[in-house]
Amino acid sequence: MSTGTAILAEGLRKRYATHTALHGIDLEVPTGTVLGVLGPNGAGKTTTVRILATLLAPDGGRAVVAGHDVAREPREVRRRIGLSGQYAAVDQMLTGRENLVLLGRLLRLGRRGAEARAQELLDRFGLLDAADRPAGTYSGGMRRRLDLAACVVGDPEVLFLDEPTTGLDPTSRNVLWNVVRELVGGGVTVLLTTQYLEEADELADRVAVVDAGRVVAEGSPDELKRKVGTDRLEVTVARPDQLAQAAAALAVLGGRVPTVDEDAVRVTVPLEHGLDDVALAASELRRRGVTAADFQVRRPSLDDVFFALTGTAAKADSPTQEGADER
Amino acid sequence: MTVTLAYLADIGALAGRHLRHLRRSPGRLFLVTMTPAVMLIAVGYLFRDSITVPGSSSYEDYIMAGIAAQVALAGVGPTALGVAVDLRDGLVDRYRSLPISASSVLVGRALSDMVTAAVALAAVCGLGLLLGWRPHGGPLRIGAGFAVLLAFAFVMLWVGILLGTTMRNVEAIDGTGALILVVLSFLSNAYVAVSGLPNWLRPAADWNPVSSVISVCRTLWGNQPPQAAHGGFPATHPGVVAACALGVVLVTVVPAALRGFRRAVER
Ligand SMILES: Nc1ncnc2c1ncn2[C@@H]1O[C@H](COP(=O)(O)OP(=O)(O)O)[C@@H](O)[C@H]1O
Ligand SMILES: [Mg+2]
Repeated sequence: MSTGTAILAEGLRKRYATHTALHGIDLEVPTGTVLGVLGPNGAGKTTTVRILATLLAPDGGRAVVAGHDVAREPREVRRRIGLSGQYAAVDQMLTGRENLVLLGRLLRLGRRGAEARAQELLDRFGLLDAADRPAGTYSGGMRRRLDLAACVVGDPEVLFLDEPTTGLDPTSRNVLWNVVRELVGGGVTVLLTTQYLEEADELADRVAVVDAGRVVAEGSPDELKRKVGTDRLEVTVARPDQLAQAAAALAVLGGRVPTVDEDAVRVTVPLEHGLDDVALAASELRRRGVTAADFQVRRPSLDDVFFALTGTAAKADSPTQEGADER
Repeated sequence: MTVTLAYLADIGALAGRHLRHLRRSPGRLFLVTMTPAVMLIAVGYLFRDSITVPGSSSYEDYIMAGIAAQVALAGVGPTALGVAVDLRDGLVDRYRSLPISASSVLVGRALSDMVTAAVALAAVCGLGLLLGWRPHGGPLRIGAGFAVLLAFAFVMLWVGILLGTTMRNVEAIDGTGALILVVLSFLSNAYVAVSGLPNWLRPAADWNPVSSVISVCRTLWGNQPPQAAHGGFPATHPGVVAACALGVVLVTVVPAALRGFRRAVER
């Protein structure tokens, strides 16, 4: 493997008793970058992370993390990684400080070293005020921050964050995003899984979209958006009875047929000729006397990417579909 | 730091975590102490005049070893619960992602739960002294009785760890723990001599290793009524039966618990 690769997964397969969770996952994360693994519930995100973090042995394929094979040298891998699981794994009965000191001692920082490291991280993650309260009294956001602090006690080269902001309020989410950005700024390689397209867009250099145990698309957020198609014009009309007029106006663009959303009183059309189309649409709407309540150009979001790639039925995980996949 | 020293330091740090829990929420200690203490008061004190054990002059003396053995049985549920909750809350995942040995997580718990058992044992025996129990014999024999009980507690603790790693459901663990406590202690010579039990139950109570452990302890404490040696092989050789049973359980349960733990992490 090249020296510039922090995480490499090749053909990872995993079968549970009744169900194949991974059908051959390939990932490559260059050192110092963030890979967002995006997928619905049950896609295999957690399974992938647990294999890469040496907690789970794959049934096939191999993985190299921070220069060491996860199957052959798990301890070497563990020296270099931090794992934040899907649910914040902090000891609720211990204080924030005690949680961090315990990990520091297990990471052989010594008692003094562990205490100093705990103090430093509590400060950095904004937990000094709550440092000596049991973690069970923390809010969800604080607990997540403590969890994140816990996984960087050993100064890891590679961080695995499994749905780090699921269940957090927007403020806590923003705080957490900043913490992650700071860590990345310090040179850490991050693999984070998420169900939020916005999160992948915000944090990730590259995104791997997974569905039903396979990587169905991979690229930078922009590349993925481009894959899904062009920008669109969305016109929301002021009066429902003008919807047909608006649709007729946008049909003049000569491209694809506009789609009409009656509930949202909105007409949407792909923009195949950029600004020319926008200008034409505007004058055509005016000529027909349609009053637009909202008129905007929308770039495809990762949401669109996601649904285009996996379909709305992505979450279905039917046994028949599974059976067909077995070889 | 050598490898062994590092291993011991890890165990110490992890045991320290559990002992902190114990100090912060003494409920667990209470749980382990309460049942034996209540039985000691209810049966040993309130019913002492209505229960007669052949050959025994003092019921408090007779019942104490049985009550003390219950401390070990009462610990099974809480130990299993602790293991299951750590697995559920992802703490085990966190420890397993560190460059430490997997067994240190369980050994750390075993160590701290032994401390719990020792404290509970001391509390229950202290209560026994207040209520009239008296050990007879030299301090060496009395100490040996406690050593036997601690060995028993150690074995049962691993049963609890095995239970926790295989049964992840908290309610199911609670029920199983209570069942183990009730069945193993009532189907033994803890409260009455085996001869006082219904005929068909006697072989089970005779061969119940808990009876053997209690007999050994009772003898070491000088609380064994002279007639107790009537009965089959287990009654005449309680030491052999107790040692074999504990040994067999230990060599089967510890590896199974470690395997179960490794497998539990994979779930
Ligand atoms: N221990 C397990 N036993 C059986 N099936 C499992 C187990 N863990 C996960 N699965 C199944 O494997 C698939 C992938 O799960 P997971 O990796 O947790 O997905 P995600 O994290 O993307 O939600 C799901 O269909 C899930 O039901
Ligand atoms: Mg998951």
